[in-house]
Order: sequence, then C-alpha cells, then structure tokens
Amino acid sequence: MTDTFPRARTAIAGLATFGIGETPGYSSMELTAQAALLAVADAGLTLADVDALFICQPDDFFAGLSFAEYLGLQPRYTDNNRTGGSAFMSHMAVAAMMLEAGYIDCALIAYGSNQRSNGGKLATKITNNQWDAPYAPIFPLTGYALAAARHMHEYGTTREDLAAVALAARAWAQTNPEAFAKGPLTLEECLSARMISTPISVRDCCLVTDGAAAIVMTRTSRARDLAKPAVPLLGAAAATWWNSIAQAKDVTVTAARESGARAMAMAGVSPSDIRTAQLYDAFTINTILFLEDLGFCPKGEGGRFVSSGAIAPGGSLPVNTNGGGLSCCHPGMYGLFAVIEAARQIRGEAANQLSGVDVALAHGNGGTLSSQATVVLGSLATL
Amino acid sequence: MSPETHWRTALAEGRLLLQRAPDGSAVFPPRLAAPGSGGPLEWFEASGRGRVYTLSWINRKPPAEPYHVALIDLDEGARLMSRVEGVTPETLAIGMRVEAFVDHDGDAPLLLFRPVEEA
Repeated sequence: MTDTFPRARTAIAGLATFGIGETPGYSSMELTAQAALLAVADAGLTLADVDALFICQPDDFFAGLSFAEYLGLQPRYTDNNRTGGSAFMSHMAVAAMMLEAGYIDCALIAYGSNQRSNGGKLATKITNNQWDAPYAPIFPLTGYALAAARHMHEYGTTREDLAAVALAARAWAQTNPEAFAKGPLTLEECLSARMISTPISVRDCCLVTDGAAAIVMTRTSRARDLAKPAVPLLGAAAATWWNSIAQAKDVTVTAARESGARAMAMAGVSPSDIRTAQLYDAFTINTILFLEDLGFCPKGEGGRFVSSGAIAPGGSLPVNTNGGGLSCCHPGMYGLFAVIEAARQIRGEAANQLSGVDVALAHGNGGTLSSQATVVLGSLATL
Repeated sequence: MSPETHWRTALAEGRLLLQRAPDGSAVFPPRLAAPGSGGPLEWFEASGRGRVYTLSWINRKPPAEPYHVALIDLDEGARLMSRVEGVTPETLAIGMRVEAFVDHDGDAPLLLFRPVEEA
C-alpha cells in the first residue's frame, strides 16, 4: 500500500524548549507546562486556540488527562501514545492527518522530565519482557550493546567509530548555550571510559538531564500568517518491527529503513536533499545505524562515515547540530528535541545555524531500537 | 493450557519446545498463532543446538564478576536471549557453537547454553 500524506499542508507554528540540563525544584509537569506555554506564545497563539493534545510523559501514564487538567485545556482529541522516544514523530503524523481532515485546528505536542534533578536515573516503568528478564540485560542499554557488538563483528565497526559519534556531538554542543555537556572530550577519554555493557561504555551513552519541549502544529495556510516562520511538515512515517532486541531478524538493521524511506517518499526528497539530520542518539551506535538505515551511507559503512568527520562541524552532513542526546540533553525521551532542532535550523534560529537549510530530517527511536519514526521538515521555499 | 504455560511445563521437564508456523519457520517466544499470518502453530522439540549471534558482557562493581547475555540462533531458526555457561570474555565469541540445558538451581527452571565443539 502506498502512503498518502498531506505534504506541507500542516506546519510547526510554534516551538520551545525549557529547563534543559538541571532544573532543580521543578516537577516534570511544571517543566512540560512551561515549554507548552512558551511554544503557544512563540506561535502568537493562546491556550484557547489549542484543541488537541499529544503527550507522552515518562512517569505519568495518564499524562493526556493530567496535563490537560493542569493547563485547563479541554482538547477535542487527546493522544497518549507511547512508542518510547519516537512517540513525538508519531504524534506529528497523526496531528497532520487530523488537521488536514478538519477534525482539529491546533495541536499541542509536549514532553518534559525532571529525571536528573529527581534521582538522576532514566525515568521509565518499562523494562525487559519475561523471556529476556531472567538473564538480566540492563534495560535498555544492553539491547543497544547487542546490536553494536554484531555491527562490529559483521562490518568491522570499531570503538573508535563509536567514539567519533560522541566527539561530533560534543563538538556541536560546545557552541550551543543550551547544551548541558560541554568542555573537552578526547578520543582517548572515550576509549578508556568505564565499560558498562560491551561494547557500550559510559561515553557511548546519552546524558541524563532535565528538560522539556513543545511544538504547536496547525494548517500551513494559518501558520504562515502567525508570529514565526511556518515550518511545513513534508512527510512523517512510523514503523515497528519488534519490541525485544532478541526478536530482531537482523540487529544491525532497524525499522528506520522503512520509516525513513516512507517519510522521504511522502516529502518527495532523497537523502542527498537533506541538509541536516537530527537522529535520536540514545547511544553512539544509534547514529551509525540510522545513518545507514535512512540512506545517508550504505549498510555497514556508518562507522567509517562518522570517523571521516562527515557528521561533525564542517562535515558533509551535519548531524545533531545541538549536541544531540549525547551532549545537549536527554530527559528520558529525546524525540521532540530532535524535531525542534530540525525546525530551528529551518527557521534560521539554531545555535549552530547552518546556511541554506530548506529540508531537515528528524528521526525518533523508542524501546531497544524497536519503534522508529521519521519526519521531514521543509521551509516555505519547498512548497 | 496457554502456549506460555505449555512451554514452561516442558522446560521444567528438561525439554526445549518451539513452534512451527505453516510456512515452516520456527517461532519463539511461544504464542497463540503464527506471527504475520495468524495461522496455526505446531509444537516440536528443538535440538537445543545453536550458535551465538551476538553478546554483551555487563560489568559490575568489583569484586562482583562481569556476566553476559547472548542472543542464540537455534539451528531450527528461532532466536532467543540466554547465557552461555563456563566461558570467559576471552573464550566466548560470536559464532560459537552451543547447546541448551535447563538449570534447576533458581526459583524457576532456566534455559541456558554451554559451548560444544564445532560439528
């Protein structure tokens, strides 16, 4: 079946982040609400304009209800979808369809977590299934380690290649005032870092930060008259191939291959048209797998691609230009932050602003490389 | 009896069961219907032999020893997570031949593997 999608008919009209890094004293609800208020104001709208809520909180399985109550929203539609860190790209796909259909007029998509200030551990109630649990893999880290180990075995990817991802992320973070992890990071430090679950060391893991993000989506016809440049959504696709990593047919290939191809087909672009990619880098291996699966380099070449400097400042494909989950922020689910960085690049407002960004891709990942969702954003020039 | 209960009952008796889908593919974990088609599934006893597909050693605070998890490809085609007993980081490798056994020392019977010589 061929996808149908209302290419560029809907757009991001407002966006905001709040409390990235450490925000002691704030609850997850408060962080998220602040980001939401800022995003609505950024669009030049008011809360009364919001008639649909899409939210996925780390610790509140009824977030759609409690968050609506907190802000006094009475959404005509509430979506509490949980596909891990990819949930927000899926929210965008649904919001676009509903906006196009006239079912809703203005969607708020929000996320926030105080997981760093509130204990400093990944805030999730999700864990291994009953078949994997007796062997005690660290959830979700070991799932990624199993994929990385096989990628190394099959394609000769090295720990230096993994480190190149962390180093590129840090290089971008250095010049992003919002990024949490700055300061020098060397290849030697990456290679000598404490090993957690081979071949994933502490330097291969994303940050544990606080932070919130929100976007407002409406029809492009309306967004272009609002306060900020509209960022049209050209394509959005999700794909789920498994939950447990043990059920992957090939742990070196993720459903990003499908979600990316479908989103790009909807958008009418190919990888070479994409000026910058924001990839959900929960672990260094993610970036390598997604670069391959999204078609930015051939399968198996991701390690050599990143080691060539391609994704770092000055490279041919700027990736995670905010510093990513590895050095900017990772409050449990990173997806919406990737979307916002892509949108900021198109609006010309990114901390590390690139020249001529008309098409940007944001890719989300959930579970243990389980759920994949891709969005392609464009400028009004791409309409 | 549910498929999962049937599988666990067999494991307690020392038998590793898999299911076979109408297209001939082996299915694990046990379930009610063939994934993808919803077709009927047939139980069969697996050889227990397989090969390490990928692995990860998990470090703990010393003096606790590291432990590992591995994904095992059974010869019949199914893949599952387990552990290989009697190995070290130096000896356990992707591609290693292994065979299943059931460990009864814990709270519940546990499927484990041990290395075997390449046939």
